[in-house]
Amino acid sequence: MIPTSPPGTFQGTSRYIADDGLLADVNAAIVLGRPLLVKGEPGTGKTVLASAVAEALGVPFTVWSIKSTSKAIEGLYTYDVVQRLNDARFGEGDVRNVRRYIRLGPLGQAFSTSQRVVVLIDEIDKADIEFPNDLLRELDEMAFYIHELDETVRAAHRPIVIITSNAEKELPDAFLRRCVFHYIAFPDRERMRRIVDVHLPELPEKLVEAAFSRFYSLRRQDGLRKKPSTSELIDWLTVLARMGVPVEDLVAKLPYAGILLKQEADLALSERARR
Amino acid sequence: MILERLLYNLRSQGLRVGPAEWLDFLRGLEAGLAEDMDQLYWFSRAILVHDEGGYDAFDVAFSATFKDIDLPPQLKDALVEWLSQAREGNPAVPVPPGFNSLEEMLAELKKRLEQQKGRHDGGPHWVGTGGTSPFGNSGRNDQGIRIGGTGGGRGAVQVAEERRWGAYRTDLTLDIRDFQVALGMLRRLQREGREQLSIERTIQRTADNGGEIELVNERERVNKIKLVLLMDVGGSMDPHSALVSRLFSAAKDMKIFKSLESWYFHNCPYTWLYKDFRTYERKATAEVIASLSPEHRLIWVGDASMAPWELTSSAGGFGDQGPTGLDWLKRFAAKTRHAVWLNPDPPQYWDHPTVSAIRATFPMYPLTVEGLKNAVSRLRRTAAG
Repeated sequence: MIPTSPPGTFQGTSRYIADDGLLADVNAAIVLGRPLLVKGEPGTGKTVLASAVAEALGVPFTVWSIKSTSKAIEGLYTYDVVQRLNDARFGEGDVRNVRRYIRLGPLGQAFSTSQRVVVLIDEIDKADIEFPNDLLRELDEMAFYIHELDETVRAAHRPIVIITSNAEKELPDAFLRRCVFHYIAFPDRERMRRIVDVHLPELPEKLVEAAFSRFYSLRRQDGLRKKPSTSELIDWLTVLARMGVPVEDLVAKLPYAGILLKQEADLALSERARR
Repeated sequence: MILERLLYNLRSQGLRVGPAEWLDFLRGLEAGLAEDMDQLYWFSRAILVHDEGGYDAFDVAFSATFKDIDLPPQLKDALVEWLSQAREGNPAVPVPPGFNSLEEMLAELKKRLEQQKGRHDGGPHWVGTGGTSPFGNSGRNDQGIRIGGTGGGRGAVQVAEERRWGAYRTDLTLDIRDFQVALGMLRRLQREGREQLSIERTIQRTADNGGEIELVNERERVNKIKLVLLMDVGGSMDPHSALVSRLFSAAKDMKIFKSLESWYFHNCPYTWLYKDFRTYERKATAEVIASLSPEHRLIWVGDASMAPWELTSSAGGFGDQGPTGLDWLKRFAAKTRHAVWLNPDPPQYWDHPTVSAIRATFPMYPLTVEGLKNAVSRLRRTAAG
């Protein structure tokens, strides 16, 4: 048929079920050489996407997990000044060679390898608000300057950069303008069925149907602080199957509710709603 | 040109598509990233919209642009390519049922394309998307010919017309998490530093010590922002109680503020503010005002609609002496500039004398995610200037 997938594009993997929109956007990011910014409810597979892309394209994969203390420069390189001072003090090593004290970060490594790689910048919204702005130029040019060495490292192959955000903070406009953006919608029943089939292929039909009904009605409930997500549904189904919970129990009760609802207030709410 | 129409439709929907994105978009089209309507939909949305809050507006603009237009040229190209493949006898191109030979089917396809005046979605006959005709894409004729597009899905324009992202619009009210994102912007006000190594001072001290290393950490800075929520309850606020309690639990769960105080009042603050209306745990309003420091940020929540005398007489008409409700509000305003008012009523209902009086005292915003964001950025401005 006509639109056969050109080489070097992403079509999902056997374990990762992506909808057409996500596939289109991943490929747009690859072709344009822009970072792909992925948002969506927790548990919709944002983080897994990057490893699936790497697997599908057969290229190496590195993760840069952002913490609240992360700084943009650390992803590129760090200069271990304390080690250098220490070496100078005790006369160890070649202190004059600054290069020995420069360590490349995940992004820096991705820029300096001779091969195309997939880099995941995970949960960028955890860091300080200025963090994305500090990476603008580097992500635009896929190059960075090492001040201590007076050297510019330029990527031979533009790495595929995938950035996830849980929307804990607003990202700056200038940064957003440079990204291809995709919001992963929560899977509907049909797609969820395909996702569950990939992870738990041998579940009894009746159990899955009953569990899905409970799960989606729980998600529709107003006032939940944290709606249960895909990964929680899969955990729940695993436990239901392993423990041999009868299907009728799923109608009357909510067994192992603690797997789906992690907050006491939510558990109490679901209790009240059932009465 | 049709694409320009898309650009202006997007902008008239309030999406700020700038030249940089637009050039990126055109570059992507050149690179062949959008060869049919479905791809065009996904691709243009990914490049031109940066936030799921804009998806609904995008859908409106996209369907307005492409609803009634001719079969896009890209789709025609795909057709031509498919025709050439079919002519070469490519076995991957099956013959749909109802035709005896490939030639017969091709003749029929040509005929229909010539008769067809425009783009077509749905229906059993024409070439287009979403139908049961043997030609087109995203349709339900299993053995038909897919022309562009991806199988099994719905046409992009149809998807756009469904406006599935309506619930994500930021100009409507949303849930706890959205409130938290908005309140989280207050965090920018805070000096959020932690214990960290000061390289400059470490080198300085180490040199002073003649090479004996001394690590110097910069003093930890602390979060300073204290949030005060003042909420109107009861009466005309009853329909909004779920929304207000959502805002309250959002703030309570955040733990990014140095402290969070919440006070309740009815209509207007008078002599007392209440911690809890059921237990009558209360504090004198004057004391609350006295305790306000420059680090406090005040968020009032109320519809500000009441009988005028509730605002302009002492204790809402139940006392005969002392300050009126409006006086109390003005005392708050005199004590701190860092205060905003969130009104759960939409702005078209703000044409009410008591609302105007309160708006003259505190900047007022609707209690929506967007309103809260604007209120928070106002608080950030008062802190800066």
